[in-house]
Amino acid sequence: MTQKMLEIKDLHATVDGKEILKGLNLSIGAGEVHAIMGPNGSGKSTLSYVLAGRDGYEVTGGDVLYDGESLVDLVPEERAAKGLFLAFQYPVEIPGVTNMIFLKNAVNGVRKQRGEPELDAMEFLKFVRVKAKALSMTDDMLKRAVNVGFSGGEKKRNEILQMAVLEPRLAVLDETDSGLDIDALKVVADGVNALRGPERSMLVITHYQRLLDYIVPDHVHILAGGRIVRSGDKGLALELEERGYAEFVDQAAA
Amino acid sequence: MALNAQTIEQVRDLGKYKYGFETEIEMETAPKGLSEDTVRFISAKKNEPEWMLEWRLRAYRHWLTMKTPEWAHVHYPPIDFQDSYYYAAPKSDDDRPKSLDEVDPKLLETYKKLGIPLEEQKFLAGVAVDAVFDSVSVTTTYKKQLEDQGIIFCSISEALQTHPELVRQYIGSVVPYTDNFYATLNSAVFSDGSFVYIPKGVRCPMELSTYFRINARDTGQFERTLIIADEGSYVSYLEGCTAPQRDENQLHAAVVELVTHDDAEIKYSTVQNWYPGDEDGKGGIYNFVTKRGACRGRNSKISWTQVETGSAITWKYPSCILQGDNSVGEFYSVAITNNAQQADTGTKMIHLGKNTSSRIISKGISAGKAEQTYRGLVRIGPRATGARNYTQCDSLLIGDKCGAHTVPYIESRNRTARVEHEATTSKISDDQLFYCRQRGIGAEDAVALIVNGFCRDVLQHLPMEFAVEAQKLVGISLEGSVG
Repeated sequence: MTQKMLEIKDLHATVDGKEILKGLNLSIGAGEVHAIMGPNGSGKSTLSYVLAGRDGYEVTGGDVLYDGESLVDLVPEERAAKGLFLAFQYPVEIPGVTNMIFLKNAVNGVRKQRGEPELDAMEFLKFVRVKAKALSMTDDMLKRAVNVGFSGGEKKRNEILQMAVLEPRLAVLDETDSGLDIDALKVVADGVNALRGPERSMLVITHYQRLLDYIVPDHVHILAGGRIVRSGDKGLALELEERGYAEFVDQAAA
Repeated sequence: MALNAQTIEQVRDLGKYKYGFETEIEMETAPKGLSEDTVRFISAKKNEPEWMLEWRLRAYRHWLTMKTPEWAHVHYPPIDFQDSYYYAAPKSDDDRPKSLDEVDPKLLETYKKLGIPLEEQKFLAGVAVDAVFDSVSVTTTYKKQLEDQGIIFCSISEALQTHPELVRQYIGSVVPYTDNFYATLNSAVFSDGSFVYIPKGVRCPMELSTYFRINARDTGQFERTLIIADEGSYVSYLEGCTAPQRDENQLHAAVVELVTHDDAEIKYSTVQNWYPGDEDGKGGIYNFVTKRGACRGRNSKISWTQVETGSAITWKYPSCILQGDNSVGEFYSVAITNNAQQADTGTKMIHLGKNTSSRIISKGISAGKAEQTYRGLVRIGPRATGARNYTQCDSLLIGDKCGAHTVPYIESRNRTARVEHEATTSKISDDQLFYCRQRGIGAEDAVALIVNGFCRDVLQHLPMEFAVEAQKLVGISLEGSVG
């Protein structure tokens, strides 16, 4: 059996002492795109923060293996250096720090941890411009402060730009569709699809099936009550759309 | 920095050989304590003109009638002014640390992080260095270039010998010897400092820096600087250094006076990083400074930019007196206090002429258990029709044991004046930190990045090479403030 890129085993996690994830199991192979769908409060965002290692999200049981190694004791920047990327549901504003400087710090932060030399400034500029253009982002947007004054769509595109620049092996997209109109959704989805590849896995967290029309997953899981209650192919998302979450929530409670 | 390191050595060394003024002084120290005799001793040692001595003495006598100011939001034990030396001949190498092994390892660690070459580290830490004489004379090259344009740039002691009439005309004309406790003390016993005169219509071709001034090393605790920009001239002056500097003297009371005539401009940039002491502030420098500029002429401009990261206590208000019609005053400040540091800093903009305008951008960052106060005065005189001021005052707190205080004074005596004041206080949010760290930026680098963003409006006013160093310094000053 080949080793999975990500293996989540019987994961329990608490926030403020309250257990949110209650024995979650999930495996993602290299190059696979998995979608997690679930009602509000099912633990979707908690899962993304636990994977990224945010303070205050405590793993109380089980394990998260990435290439066979446990991530649980690593700080967020170490996980980033290993190739884990989280596209935020609510991208954060950093006044006074331009997108370009932020990207450079991020890439060099990762390279430093990996023991690689920092990138030449001019080459980096060219590299970023190409990536930005693919997402219809202007030079002007690269010069603006990170997410400050960005529209909802611009913020999400900015997340995808960061992902494109950091070239992660595992990308977790947390409700990337929230707050997007259909045009913006298409741009973002195109950006994500362009990054799909045999070595890059994705975990797409969403509330609605709509996003999955554009980012077509290999597997779909339903998260309810802190556990995966059902898994299937993309057909499951459509089924869910028709029948709603209610019966899955009941199932989790049972 | 590497170039600077070499330059310092060369310049300092040349000074010993060529401009022997300082080295002619016998190795002598004035007796401990402050009296008229001390003042006379200092003046005699410097071979000053009679009027300079008289002025010093008037200052000393006035000082005796004054009390230590207590209005600033800083706390320190009373200073015993009779327990200090007010004149010490340049230190002999025997008194200095013999090698870097004798220097505070934390200081050395900081030098390393700033990427300061070893030789310069020694210089900054006050280690006795065997200077290597280099035949390439940077000094002569720049001196020649400045002289050709009639620019005078030398120590104030030298100026008192070579251009006494200029010094006499301007010294004390912006900061009178009666001004305040520490300025008055400085007037009585000032040790040395820079003198700059830019003649009419001349644009100084280079940034003038204390680095390039001879004998800058031993200007002592009572530095006095005087810069005059004659009609239509321009000069940019850099003071200080990003590397932490040590000094035997705990109290530093400097005075800086700037004068601009019609259509002239002075841009004065400071990076102050005196030793802040250990984590409890022990051994740190007290930096009590009076800096003031007078925009005497029409359309003249004075711009102060400062990055204050050092000292145990900072007490400093670079100010502008806007006398000339249409004159402009600017104050851009970043002040960082960490651990037990205290800073009470800000500016005064005094609008006297018509259509004068001023702009104040102050960014205060407080971490550890540090206390910081912005104290600013905007005064619009009755004749200052059409005067305008814009003040933006932002504080950033890191942790929950530090403090930030804002004390703006606004006095307007002219109904046509427009004065705007904006102030914010914020914290680095967990969201911001996590966002940066998720992107691979370590916690301390993330704080440095966020704080540099916060300071951007100010840092961009620094000359390029200074700005890059200042950015690094911002990060280093805040190390250990998260986690």
